[in-house]
Amino acid sequence: MPVTVKVPTILRTHTGGEGRVDGEGATVREVLDDLEERYPGIRARLVTEEGALHRFVNVYVNDEDVRYLGALETEVRDGDVVSILPAVAGG
Amino acid sequence: MSLSEDEVRRYARHIILPGIGGDGQRKLIDASVLVIGAGGLGSPAAMYLAAAGVGTIGLVDFDRVELSNLQRQLLHDTDDVGRPKVDSARDRLTQLNPNVEVRTHPVLLSSENAFDVLGAYDVVVDGTDNFPVRYLVNDACQMLGKPLVYGSVYQWEGQASVFLPGPNTPCYRCLFPEPPPPGTVPSCAEGGVFGVLPGIIGSIQAVEAIKLVLGVGESLAGTLVLYDAMRSEFTSVKLRWDPDCPVCGKHPTVTELIDYEAFCGLAPGQAPPEAERTPSAGEA
Repeated sequence: MPVTVKVPTILRTHTGGEGRVDGEGATVREVLDDLEERYPGIRARLVTEEGALHRFVNVYVNDEDVRYLGALETEVRDGDVVSILPAVAGG
Repeated sequence: MSLSEDEVRRYARHIILPGIGGDGQRKLIDASVLVIGAGGLGSPAAMYLAAAGVGTIGLVDFDRVELSNLQRQLLHDTDDVGRPKVDSARDRLTQLNPNVEVRTHPVLLSSENAFDVLGAYDVVVDGTDNFPVRYLVNDACQMLGKPLVYGSVYQWEGQASVFLPGPNTPCYRCLFPEPPPPGTVPSCAEGGVFGVLPGIIGSIQAVEAIKLVLGVGESLAGTLVLYDAMRSEFTSVKLRWDPDCPVCGKHPTVTELIDYEAFCGLAPGQAPPEAERTPSAGEA
């Protein structure tokens, strides 16, 4: 499924500065795998070595936190927006 | 208690405003709000709270004013460089509205003093610049039963929400159960911050704090507002209460305050070792 992925400022070093990139996959995990192929290193910023989402990064499909859906196995549909939201502390 | 003649004139636009009125203005005058960090977020937040007539405003900041603060921290003037931020902030707020009592807390918040500092206020506004204090303030507000108005900025993006005490409503730990490891998230001093951005987010925090005092409208509780200044885009996502939250979940495991430097590995305001910056202990 083609989806749009919103990339936060902190991770745009991986995407050549792009804040929105296309992604492909049936689940969030597949979309992140797809991103990793084109933007090496980005997956490790989001997913632990054990394959779970880091506790300091949230991923939303549209406006729902995937932790309350199916985590990385959450299915995505054509045209969904996958947003990556890391903790930031600036004030 | 009724309003004085001076108060009626000063707050005329609020008094005629549906949603505030004379009774609402009285609530503001009787209210106390603590602003943590007299920096980018704390500046607009504290200034709007003072202008609105919030009777008691507390300011927590341990820093002194630096020249690099002035690009965004409107509480401070060029002549204030080198002064304690709480002092220049108090001057600004008192000039803006002499009816407001400004209480200054020139301290680093820790598990030792957080209850004492936060305990005296009705609402807490978080405008600090580091993870240890954000977790400390969140936990203390949950334990004290105080509403917390959250805001945070980085480069061109900011976020804001409201964390109400108690179960069934999300807190900061429901959003981010753990802080990121030290060194993985750059501070504003390292990554830069667009000067107007904390003006927007801090103003949203003032809006939410005032609505909480008034008890009107829909608060941002359960919603995280995201603003991308570069894309001119406001979006929001839903925040869920986490029944497994260590602080506000069904079976809390964090029941007393912890000093988070221990597991963050980063003291408040302290940059990761590889960072090139001037050390500073307040907000970015």
